[in-house]
Amino acid sequence: MLKVEEQQPVAFSSVFLANFDEIVKRYPAGKQKSALLPILHLVQAEFGWTSVPAMDKVAEYLMIEPIEVYEVASFYSMYFLQPKGKYVLEVCRTGPCCLVGAEKIMSHIEGKLGVKEGEVTADGLFSWRGVECLAACGYAPVLQIGPDYTFYENLTEQSVDELIDNLKNKQDLRQ
Amino acid sequence: MDNLVKITIDGITVEVATGTSILNAARQIGGDIVPPAMCYYSKLEGSGGKCRTCIVKVSKGSEKDPRPMPKLVASCRTTVMDGMEVQNITSPEVLEARNGVVEMLLINHPLDCPVCDQAGECDLQNLSYEHGLQKTRYEFERRTFERIDIGEKIQLHMNRCILCYRCVFVADQITNKRVHGILNRGDHSEISTYIQAVVENDFSGNVIDVCPVGALTDRTFRFKNRVWFTKPVDAHRNCDHEKCDGKVTLWYKGADVLRVTARKDQFGEVESFICNTCRFDKKATSDWTIEQPTYISDTSVIASNHYETFMPLPVIKENLALQEANKVELEKTVKF
Amino acid sequence: MSRKLLLEHINVPGINTLEVYRQKGGYRAVEKAIKTLTPDEVVEEVKKSGLRGRGGAGFPTGMKWSFLAKPEGVARYLVCNADESEPGTFKDRYLMTNIPHALIEGMIVSSFALGANTSYIYVRGEMMPQIRILEKAIAEAKAAGFLGKNILGSGYDLELYVQPGGGAYICGEETALLESLEGKRGNPRIKPPFPAIAGLYGCPTVVNNVESIAAVVPIINDGGDEYAKIGIGRSTGTKLISASGNLVKPGVYEIELGLPVEEFIYSDEYCGGIANGKRLKATVAGGSSVPILPANLSLKYANGEPRLMSYESLAEGGFATGTMLGSGGFIAFDEDQCIVRNTWNFARFYHHESCGQCSPCREGTGWLEKVLHRLEYGHGKMSDIDLLVDVAKKIEGNTICPLGDAAAWPVASAIKHFRDEFEWHVKEPRKSQDGNYGIANYAVPIEKVVVAEV
Repeated sequence: MLKVEEQQPVAFSSVFLANFDEIVKRYPAGKQKSALLPILHLVQAEFGWTSVPAMDKVAEYLMIEPIEVYEVASFYSMYFLQPKGKYVLEVCRTGPCCLVGAEKIMSHIEGKLGVKEGEVTADGLFSWRGVECLAACGYAPVLQIGPDYTFYENLTEQSVDELIDNLKNKQDLRQ
Repeated sequence: MDNLVKITIDGITVEVATGTSILNAARQIGGDIVPPAMCYYSKLEGSGGKCRTCIVKVSKGSEKDPRPMPKLVASCRTTVMDGMEVQNITSPEVLEARNGVVEMLLINHPLDCPVCDQAGECDLQNLSYEHGLQKTRYEFERRTFERIDIGEKIQLHMNRCILCYRCVFVADQITNKRVHGILNRGDHSEISTYIQAVVENDFSGNVIDVCPVGALTDRTFRFKNRVWFTKPVDAHRNCDHEKCDGKVTLWYKGADVLRVTARKDQFGEVESFICNTCRFDKKATSDWTIEQPTYISDTSVIASNHYETFMPLPVIKENLALQEANKVELEKTVKF
Repeated sequence: MSRKLLLEHINVPGINTLEVYRQKGGYRAVEKAIKTLTPDEVVEEVKKSGLRGRGGAGFPTGMKWSFLAKPEGVARYLVCNADESEPGTFKDRYLMTNIPHALIEGMIVSSFALGANTSYIYVRGEMMPQIRILEKAIAEAKAAGFLGKNILGSGYDLELYVQPGGGAYICGEETALLESLEGKRGNPRIKPPFPAIAGLYGCPTVVNNVESIAAVVPIINDGGDEYAKIGIGRSTGTKLISASGNLVKPGVYEIELGLPVEEFIYSDEYCGGIANGKRLKATVAGGSSVPILPANLSLKYANGEPRLMSYESLAEGGFATGTMLGSGGFIAFDEDQCIVRNTWNFARFYHHESCGQCSPCREGTGWLEKVLHRLEYGHGKMSDIDLLVDVAKKIEGNTICPLGDAAAWPVASAIKHFRDEFEWHVKEPRKSQDGNYGIANYAVPIEKVVVAEV
């Protein structure tokens, strides 16, 4: 159970809502609920997670009850119901990846970032978690980073270090 | 007749309307061959198929295609075909599978019947008496959730829930707005409102009646009494709610109405859904017209305390020492 | 070199663009089907080809198509299942990334055959890059007149959309996929009715795997009979195999069905043998859901005859000594791998991915996972092994959808073939934490049975 007052209100710009309109056009009239999953992806890409106020807005837009959005968002593993770091490193932890060292990669990331699975680093930049099969078993170990879900394949401890450092530098340049 | 089909369940043949489910055909026959149903509810569209306790073996598909079905099927969601032959309690395979399902339903259940208001009228309790093991084989910590009040009158005790989805169907089909639902997935699934929303609706109380276990209970009745100490009476009132016919069961303890529920049929389903006013707010005998004592099956634990007077055993009547020892009980007898 | 039908031009630079794809003969199938064939004739060709569903179940595609109900005035849908998430399987990702037009072309021909005017490709949400690739390919095809209104002047209209999933393995089950496409939780539906009668939005719907749909292209180009000549017995055509685990060259390979397993693992054309000079301990031939086999049974039947990569040959011996082709996710385990740990890992996967709708799967997958975890970490008891077998048995066959079976089979088969390794974890809890059981006798060659001549 969540406390609503902890969550900041959100506003959807008209440009953002226009994307929703485009998605809804894909489905027959009256079946706009089909747009729920793609729209939640857009929301997460925009705000970093799917907060209750954002989900309520989506429900209002799709003319469905808010609980229908909560049900869906909590069912699928890609939607974050809690704020996460800017970059969420999602490492595959399923069989084929583990055969070639995914577990080592995960503990290396844990050490490198200094946070446990699911937690956010102090600078708010990184989170990491193990996820189930990412369908890239031949290029294992792999990890992905949203919201574009870019893939990083054949990971080694060294390549993970480089990746994290690059992301940090990219952030520094922007500031 | 074209619209009747023949089905044989455990050797008993019956003719039922086309489109009837195996479970409902079995209910038309009645007795021990009726499969237990924890999630199916004939008055809720789309219910059933989930708990898997009603699974049966279809040993002959139909007259046209006599091949048996490859797997056990959920009788509540499988439609009868003409000439179908079904085995329920005559199939050891079905009974074993059902025992397995019951075990699964119980591994994360708190087994807190001694403090559960549902005890005595709990479908899961009955099911586990018939199919459960003496001792659990599950040696891990059970899944737990916080108890929450969804609204002033209803308490949700998620630990006991078997995820039958009935209360979700009630909210969808009987009330005008659903604010609770199933969150998360797998064995983390839970009934919840997600945010602190209150289930407020004229018909929300019906989720209590459809709940097969003690997950949704009536807060106005909470810990008031064990159901087998109360006396159920059929009653009605002129309810002004258009969708409520005011036909209920009052559960008395002495002169007090402890709770009001809808009337339930022999399969534990309500005859008609009642409004919250009747259920929660009308707890005086003067609100109601009493019809008759509610019929309670003599196999039910509720029947065990009913309509009997305690009669001292002959041996007590003749022995002063024993009379002294049973003084309190004897006084009660005189009082009644 | 065996014949390549899907991946023939995979290494041609720019094959992901419409221009190059057309230069290599792309969209011939659309032209042939729409201009010269009726929808029923297309279905007939697919039936003749003997193509079997490439998503895992292996149900004949042509037959599935012919079950589609066609009531007047009701829309029909084709939905492509690109929710590839079976551990060990990554062929659809490879196909969509490198040669997206093969899928688009297959979708157009298949939609035409089924009379669908709107079709969806449901891609798992994690494959955002592939979604972008497909969207771009669709835009190209539309601009070239292969999609949209009045395709190639035939009067046939088709709109094609890509739908992202949200991260749920269960949506690979076709009715769960349809629920998800309708914007709901991915709970599999209770069947019947089957999607062919009431699928998406309650309309007749066909759901096919990416590879099945892509395979329709060569079937139409060369004819169903030609396609059926490739392969062996009822396993016709070519199949994409995703090879992973401890192999020299993991990756996606297109094989002609009927290739010996031994050749697939050891020949340089395919996987090139076991990595780091190790020996093969076990294989999972068709994605994590199928039974695991020790090395000797992977390569040969119990009677010593060689095992082939085909639906029938992999299943030879039933669940006692065989496995399944499944989705073609071939995982190889070398001698250093721990079967108990891997079984626990897969059990954790199914526990995580169970939708929670029906009780045996919701509760049973978690139970399996917990017991296996205890065994793997040296806290197990001997009785746990039989408990696992029993719990697996109580899940299998009693659930709404096949996820229950998929969770039970790996556990049951691992215990059947590797029981000594499970027992070792109980007897030697310390040792099992620091070392591993090794290859034991799992690779002892099976002698071919020689029938004495009388």
